[in-house]
Amino acid sequence: MNIVVLVKQVPDSGGDRRLTADGTTDRSGGNVLNEMDEYAVEEALRLQAAHGGTVTLLTMGPETAVEALRKALAMGPDAAVHVIDDALPGSCAVATSKVLAAALRTLDADLVIAGAESTDGRVQVMPHMLAERLGIAALTGARKVTVDGSALTIERQTDGGYEVVTAATPAVVSVWDTINDPRYPSFKGIMAAKKKPVRRLSLADLGIAPGEVGVAGASSEVLAHDRRPARSAGATVADEGAGGVRLVEYLTAEKFV
Amino acid sequence: MAEVLVVAEASAAAGVKKVTLEMLTAARTIGSPSVVVFGDEPFADKLGEHGAERVYLAGAADIDDFLVAPKATVLADLIRRVRPAAVLLASTQEGKEIAGRLAVKLDSGLLTDAVAVAPDGTATQAVFAGQVIVTARVRRGVPLITLRPNSLTPSPAPATPVVEPLAVAVTDADRLARVTERVVERKGARPELTEASIVVSGGRGVGSADSFALVEELADLLGGAVGASRAAVDSGFYPHQFQVGQTGKTVSPQLYVALGISGAIQHRAGMQTSKTIVAVNKDPEAPIFELADFGVVGDLFKVVPQAADEIRKRA
Repeated sequence: MNIVVLVKQVPDSGGDRRLTADGTTDRSGGNVLNEMDEYAVEEALRLQAAHGGTVTLLTMGPETAVEALRKALAMGPDAAVHVIDDALPGSCAVATSKVLAAALRTLDADLVIAGAESTDGRVQVMPHMLAERLGIAALTGARKVTVDGSALTIERQTDGGYEVVTAATPAVVSVWDTINDPRYPSFKGIMAAKKKPVRRLSLADLGIAPGEVGVAGASSEVLAHDRRPARSAGATVADEGAGGVRLVEYLTAEKFV
Repeated sequence: MAEVLVVAEASAAAGVKKVTLEMLTAARTIGSPSVVVFGDEPFADKLGEHGAERVYLAGAADIDDFLVAPKATVLADLIRRVRPAAVLLASTQEGKEIAGRLAVKLDSGLLTDAVAVAPDGTATQAVFAGQVIVTARVRRGVPLITLRPNSLTPSPAPATPVVEPLAVAVTDADRLARVTERVVERKGARPELTEASIVVSGGRGVGSADSFALVEELADLLGGAVGASRAAVDSGFYPHQFQVGQTGKTVSPQLYVALGISGAIQHRAGMQTSKTIVAVNKDPEAPIFELADFGVVGDLFKVVPQAADEIRKRA
């Protein structure tokens, strides 16, 4: 089974994240591998161990995105594909899905695995956008994935429990962080990752015109953005035996009780 | 006035969810609101109370057994026919997924997690853990906007909607991901986390799954939903579907009560836009106090039972 894992380099969510003057994500600061992607990579490696085949990473991003690829490769995937082009920065989700779908068509994947969301956009639309373009199934929000031949079954987390969802491969699956515990890359893995093949694809390689992507081709635009005023701290009391009562007094004054 | 489509969050079991009424309230400022209901009941009275001029009813057959693809196909057909000024969906996982498919089908712009929508169709979004406020607009196609629950107060505007059944013509490609079983693991009278006007959440400080009974007790006394921080979920204290913050749910209730939660930025990402925030934590340096409107520095195992008793006394 050939598995492609979608990975993304994102601004560190623990840091101070900003938009640039043109309203696109500022990627000049501390960047990390999107955390949820580690769970997607781990799931791919487990399926590979059980069913054979290859695990290939796919990302779209600037030059620095290769750092995220190497980090994920250190966990054990075989190879990576990096879609990189000067026209891509500022691409909207619709354009991104067009580019990733075109790259996926060259990769002949039985299964595409993604994290349930990226920590920068948190838009959660990519699996269904790709499925729509490729005419294959999207099974999202998995907390468990089972493969039996060409039959794919997931437990899909819902608000009240879970749904069992089935499809035939090829398919796109997204996973939550409840699905597994990602392995830590070993020293050997980190060294090996440096030598693993990272194939670069340009828009020309994918047959996509520069005007269809980036800021120029974006289907939406940011008109204005501003730092949200920080919430100011209110009163804090130390519990000296009546903390619970004081709390309820506050809630009563605010008409919650 | 141009038609504005609202994709209802409604079911026979839950009725019309509040976010649907919020969307109707926002839609009225843009144009003439029509609601698309998936199911067998049109909820015409409830939707009419909030200004629905029309209800499109798409029967559940051929839709319910599959993930979102059939809904997107039905909506795309309707959008091509009526050419609405905008389409509003709830910013839930399903709402966003439907919007994503529509964006591809219609080559239209998509704005997710809106907290406000202006009459001209521009949307306000809170991004990066609520630290940055963005005003954005769609440049191409029909504006597809997902509205975060609890973003605005629904206001009534009585209308008598015309109910129009929709022909459901889905394709084989819409039937690829089949739901074979729905399992309810947890059921109760508590409001749904993202819809609730009060949320009481527990963190690592709650200490164990058993102790979450304390969080649940306070939530029930306040009529609220229960949430959990990632630390609590990762420790196995509470299930993931109740996680608030990055890699979990975003909530925006009137009141958010944080018990034993330090308030890491990843948690704040999910609750920062709450109207009022109250915290109990034994660590006076916990970052949660920086955004709390009222904080109690103390042992939650003493403070919370006392608060619960006090609420019962006042009831």
